[in-house]
Parts: sequence; C-alpha cells; structure tokens
Amino acid sequence: MGSPTVSEFQAFDFRTKFGSRYFPSPIFTASGCAGSGKELSQFFDLDELGAVVTKSISVKPRSGRPTPRMAETPSGMLNSIGLQGPGIDQFLEIDIPWLQSNGARVIVSISGETVEEYASLARKLRGINSLHGIEVNISCPNVENRGLVFACDPVASRAVIEAVRRNISGDYPIIAKLSPDVTDIVSIANEVVAAGADGLALINTVLGMVIDVDAKRPKLAGITGGLSGPAIRPIAVRAIYQVHKALPQIPILGMGGVTNGRDALEMIFAGASGVSVGTATFGNPSAVIKVKRELLEGLRSRGFNSLSEAIGVAHV
Amino acid sequence: MNINSRAIQDSVEVLSNKKVGAYNHMVFAVGDMASHAKPGNFVAISVGGPSSSLILRRAFAIYRSSNRGAYGGTIELVVAAHGTGSKWLSERSVHERVDMVGPLGTAFGIPTEPVNALLVGGGYGSAPLFGLAEVLKARGCRVDMVLGASVAGKIYAPLEGKRSVNVMTLTTEDGSAGVKGRVTDVMPQIIERNQVEIIYSCGPMAMLEAVNQVAEGANVLHQCAVEESMACGIGVCMTCVVPMRDSAGVIKMQRSCIEGPVVDGSQVVWGSERKIAQGTWGAPQ
Repeated sequence: MGSPTVSEFQAFDFRTKFGSRYFPSPIFTASGCAGSGKELSQFFDLDELGAVVTKSISVKPRSGRPTPRMAETPSGMLNSIGLQGPGIDQFLEIDIPWLQSNGARVIVSISGETVEEYASLARKLRGINSLHGIEVNISCPNVENRGLVFACDPVASRAVIEAVRRNISGDYPIIAKLSPDVTDIVSIANEVVAAGADGLALINTVLGMVIDVDAKRPKLAGITGGLSGPAIRPIAVRAIYQVHKALPQIPILGMGGVTNGRDALEMIFAGASGVSVGTATFGNPSAVIKVKRELLEGLRSRGFNSLSEAIGVAHV
Repeated sequence: MNINSRAIQDSVEVLSNKKVGAYNHMVFAVGDMASHAKPGNFVAISVGGPSSSLILRRAFAIYRSSNRGAYGGTIELVVAAHGTGSKWLSERSVHERVDMVGPLGTAFGIPTEPVNALLVGGGYGSAPLFGLAEVLKARGCRVDMVLGASVAGKIYAPLEGKRSVNVMTLTTEDGSAGVKGRVTDVMPQIIERNQVEIIYSCGPMAMLEAVNQVAEGANVLHQCAVEESMACGIGVCMTCVVPMRDSAGVIKMQRSCIEGPVVDGSQVVWGSERKIAQGTWGAPQ
C-alpha cells in the first residue's frame, strides 16, 4: 500500500485542536525526541507534522547529566539526559526562527526548577504569537531532586500552571505534561485544568533503573532514568483513558511507545486528540511520517470520516 | 547549517557475509548512499526484524565504500557479534535486506600535502582505518599502522587492507601476535623513526585517551573516532555526548554522532565518564 495521495488527505478531516490552535494533522513529535528539528528535516518536511514539540528548554544553559546516559531495555530504553540545552535566550534566537522558516508549527516545551522559572520562561514566550502553544513539562524524571517533579504533587502542579497562565495571554494554548508515576493521575489533571491548562500531554517517561551486573553498579551515571518506548505504551493508554473519562472536554496529546498507526489508533480511541511520536524516531528517523500515514489508513479503513469522531470511542 | 545533509534511509541488500577471525565482513548494496561516504563516517542499522524487542539502531563504522562496481554503490562493514543486535546482523544471509541510515557523522580530515601518518586501531576499531589508509596513500602520504587487541584473533587486518600501509605493527596483550603489550608501547618509536606528523585512531575510549597522551607528549596532531553508546545516530536523542572544548575553550557536551565521531583528540576532555567536567557550559551549580 502506497502513501495516500493529497486528495485522500483532503477528503478525510484529519484536523485537531488544542486550545485556540488548529493543526492539520494529529501527529506531533515528542519533546526531547526531535533534536532541534534540523536533524529530522533531512528525512522529511517538517510541515508534514501537526507540530514539532521542542526539547524542554530551561532559563539557563544546562549541560545535562554525565554519560552513560542510555540503557536499552526490552522494547524500551532508559534515558538520563537531564534536559541538556542552550537556555531560552539562545533557543529563541536560533532554533525558533529556523523551525518557523522551515514551515514547522511549533509548540515550545519549557522546564523550570522553581515556579518562578516557569513564570520567567512564559514571559519570554508571550510576545511570540506565531507559536502554536506551550508544553509545560512538570514531569521530567531526570532532575537531581525527585522533590522537584512538580507533577507528583497536585499543589505544586497547580502553582506552576497558574504562574504560566498569569504570564501569558488567555488564548495562548498551555499543555501540561504529566507523569504516570503518581497514585491518581486524574487528581493532578483536575488541578492543572483548574489552573488554566488547555490540554494535557500524557505521558512523560516512567522512572526506572538498570544495574550493570558485571560492574555491580547502576548502568546510568544518573543512577535512575526515564523509561520510554513500547514497554510503557499500556501505561500511557491507561492514563489517557482515565483522564479522558474524567475530563472529556480537555484535549489530550497522547504519547508513550507509539511506533505505528495501530498504536496511535489505540491512543485516539482511548481519548487522545493528538499523538506524539518519541522514542520510535530513534529507531526510525521517518517514524513520525509512518505513524501519520498508517493512522490515516487505519481510521479510513474503520469507516471514520474525521479524526474528531474517533476520539474516545473506546469509552463504553 | 545542514545536519547530515548527505544521509539517506534505505532498505539495503546483503551482498556478502563472511567470517573473518572473530568478526564478520559484510557487504551491502546501498546505491547512492556510498557516493558520499568518507573514512570515519558510520551507518546506523535497524536490528532484530519487525517484531523485535530491540528498538534502537546499531551504529557501525564504515570499513570501505565504493560507488562503482557490478552492484552499484556498496558499503562494507566489520561486525563484531558481541551483543544481541550485532549478533542478529552478523547472521543475515546474502540477499536479505536491512534498514540502513547513512552516511552519518564527521570524517577523518585529510591533509592537503603529503605527510607522514600513523593510524592506530584497537580490535575491530581498525575497520575505518583501511579506507583512510587508501585515501592517504593516494595523496602521497607515508602510512604506518599499529593495530592492537587483547589476543591475536581480535585483530582485524585483512590482506587487501594492508596494501596501502607502509609498515604494519601488531600488538597483543597476551603476546599471541606481534609485540606483547599495548599500542601505546610501540607508538613512540614509530613516531620518532618516521617523523609522524599526524595520528589517526579508532577504538575503545580508554585506548583513544592513551593514544592522545602519546600524541600530546610528542606534539603530534591527533584525530580520533570516539565511541559513546547511541540510541539514534542522527543527533536527536542526546545520549552519545562527549565533553569537548570549543574554539573559545568552553567545555560543551557534544554529540558523538554529529560533532563526531571523528574529533580532534586535544579537544576531548578525557576521563569524564560518570561526571560532568568542571567548567562545563551549563553544569549544575
């Protein structure tokens, strides 16, 4: 089966919406899995994507964690990058103009160590109206202090989203990225939506660990890392299903081990309005395009005429 | 700036797969991918087949490439089957296809004038050095080579590879071939005797660090192909970083797949595994 033609794309309403912004396709990159966008542009046109979600950016440059940063696991991998990045100023000067001049719709992912840092990042972004939204990453597991994982605490989660919302205009879409490493993800979702989030990104990586049995010590220099890949997909589907059931009006960007169209269908049927492809890109540079093509085929072959009518259909 | 602007992703056919000592020498029909491949570049290959639980690509230094022949463009690899992924690759039969991305990464810098070069390889790390030797020889360089391994069977030194080498020296830690010892034991005499002006190396990081010490001691330029575990090979995952000093002397965590694998040995902050070197840009306060 070849790629769908342009007219086939047009016949099917593939659009999706987060907050005030529309996207022509529901397949996005996942934060931290698409580099600066330049790396993938060698393999496909970035305007093929719903949006590029950039690697979470912080106020100041970050070296990230030492190596080894990676351990492959069955159907997955652990990473302990530690949010390596150039800091918001260089990012706004170099990365954003490049992405936009290459036709990408951009959702900027931000990460802070304090509520004030999130507020400061939001202030830096509020003047750039051409962005398609902010992903507020409150759930990166690769921070020195696990107490800093805001998304594990409803009060802290709320405080961060309130601070971002206060510093950015009301129609600027905010997507809060949550951690699956909580007892009750619905209660966290309720808090961030009450605080002004327009959408939710589900899920970040799952905290994990691998021990090198020959060296008799943790494989990663960072000791623990975030587990991603197909191994965590059922956890993501569960989180999407639970949150969509509780908050059916809130759009969800689903992610966690999506490798093909079937996986994306699963997330759409669980309640996601869009799907991000992350770790699959490491194994296949054009994975995002493959998922997009196969999702469209999968929806059409099941008799759907639009993406929106497929969202959440697994709920009985 | 374009990143990997020559890279292609393609399903490529295995043309040949032969056991050579501890390794497999494999030839792939890669079409246009070969035309831009240079010594030092690598390819990234999907392993395990469609239902595999191995989700990450495996990176292999290009042993040789040719863009003309009966099968069109070819790329040759030397595969050491010491992990599940490389073992799977080494078991592919002729006519099977694998998904390959390449050529990737930086290449060895070639001097514009004929110079005296010393190529140093550890284990199957010798693979990219033979293609480099051919290029250097064609430029009129004197090319000496030192290959080391723990035992004789782990040295990769095929006959056809030796044609472009003036003098080949082998070292093994157990003395089963060549000089008993390590590559760095024989390097100083060769550097002095042949008035070596540039050293190229490829192998494990500990060996590269030791080679760099010898190079700095002798005040000789050193280009090395660094090795750090990669998830993607195309610059998006940020796992394969190596601390490097930039031209302003600032240490940055650089991707060995994009800014490397071939780097200037004097710029690497050696011995930084498991710690962030002091003064690194953006280091935790």
